[in-house]
Amino acid sequence: MSWLNFFRSQKPEAPSASAAKDRLQIILAHERVSRDGDDFLPKLQKELLEVVARYVKIDADKVKVDLERGQGMSTLAIGVELPGNGTAKRSAA
Amino acid sequence: MAQVITVTSGKGGVGKTTSSAAFATGLAQRGKRTVVIDFDVGLRNLDLIMGVERRVVFDIINVITGEAKLNQALIKDKRVDGLYILPASQTRDKDALTHEGVGKIIEELAKEFDYILCDSPAGIERGALHALYHADQAIVVTNPEVSSVRDSDRILGVIQSRSKRAEEKREPVKQHLLLTRYDPVRVERGEMLKLDDVLEILAIPLLGVIPESESVLKASNSGNPVILDNESTAGQAYADAVARFLGEDKPHRFLDTEKKKGLFGRLFGGRAA
Ligand SMILES: Nc1ncnc2c1ncn2[C@@H]1O[C@H](COP(=O)(O)OP(=O)(O)O)[C@@H](O)[C@H]1O
Ligand SMILES: [Mg+2]
Repeated sequence: MSWLNFFRSQKPEAPSASAAKDRLQIILAHERVSRDGDDFLPKLQKELLEVVARYVKIDADKVKVDLERGQGMSTLAIGVELPGNGTAKRSAA
Repeated sequence: MAQVITVTSGKGGVGKTTSSAAFATGLAQRGKRTVVIDFDVGLRNLDLIMGVERRVVFDIINVITGEAKLNQALIKDKRVDGLYILPASQTRDKDALTHEGVGKIIEELAKEFDYILCDSPAGIERGALHALYHADQAIVVTNPEVSSVRDSDRILGVIQSRSKRAEEKREPVKQHLLLTRYDPVRVERGEMLKLDDVLEILAIPLLGVIPESESVLKASNSGNPVILDNESTAGQAYADAVARFLGEDKPHRFLDTEKKKGLFGRLFGGRAA
């Protein structure tokens, strides 16, 4: 273990601190924006679902919200499982 | 039957979140359906250590207030099957946790999971009490250092008196000691409490000793629980502890200096890998 580790540690590894910095910059940029205002996601979800519910019956348990915060852009996907013919359809928002 | 395991310590900064992330990941790696809950409301950090911070939509408070369903707030880990994270809120404070709210969440999770891990906040107040109330087992994370050992002793007392099991006079919460940030070099120099000293004082069964290791910082930088780094001593020690928790007989490793470092390590290294 000592031999292996010794030689291995001489090789420059991708420094993990820069990964830490990248991750922090992204997440903090998002958090600073929402710090003062109320968290808008619960409200957004509620209103979107109200619109969908005007047209189809939806089961609140079958709603999936996925978010991926990115550097310049984030994606929010709201998946609604529609009842009826047995095949789930997804509507993205 | 689902088991609720609370990872607690009294003192902050001793390695609860690191251990919760490692332990939850380790249990899931061994095929157990596992969810890890961040109870540090107001100071969420487990999401970062688990590397899922960009995917947090809802949190435990949203579930308690009814703004989100539990299954919407659970984040599925992409590396290990059967592993889920329930994040803490960042904008609310610990008072937003309610007795009934937490109880309902635990009850619902118990239907789906084998293990429910609760990453406790520091202290012995509200947040920590919520995290330990439902515990069937407690992993007490302790550093070999006077204030940490004293705080662990206090939290052991709290577990024995304030947990649901204590209130209902059922079989007491099963307690485990996880000694972390153990540095054999400093122990040998007499600068740090020995394992035996801590065991003698706290007198609870030893689950594992996690050595001080640079790989822990690397793991948190990249958002990968250290147990996924099976070359690191800390990662291996966590894997051993999980195995022991599941009933395997594993000798304790990384306890002394000699075994840890070979000739080169001693000549050039000086630091733990
Ligand atoms: N075995 C270890 N070796 C080195 N550093 C560690 C170890 N365990 C934890 N740490 C570091 O200690 C600090 C506190 O850890 P954390 O898990 O956040 O503690 P807590 O949740 O108890 O406040 C972090 O910087 C973490 O990287
Ligand atoms: Mg913590």
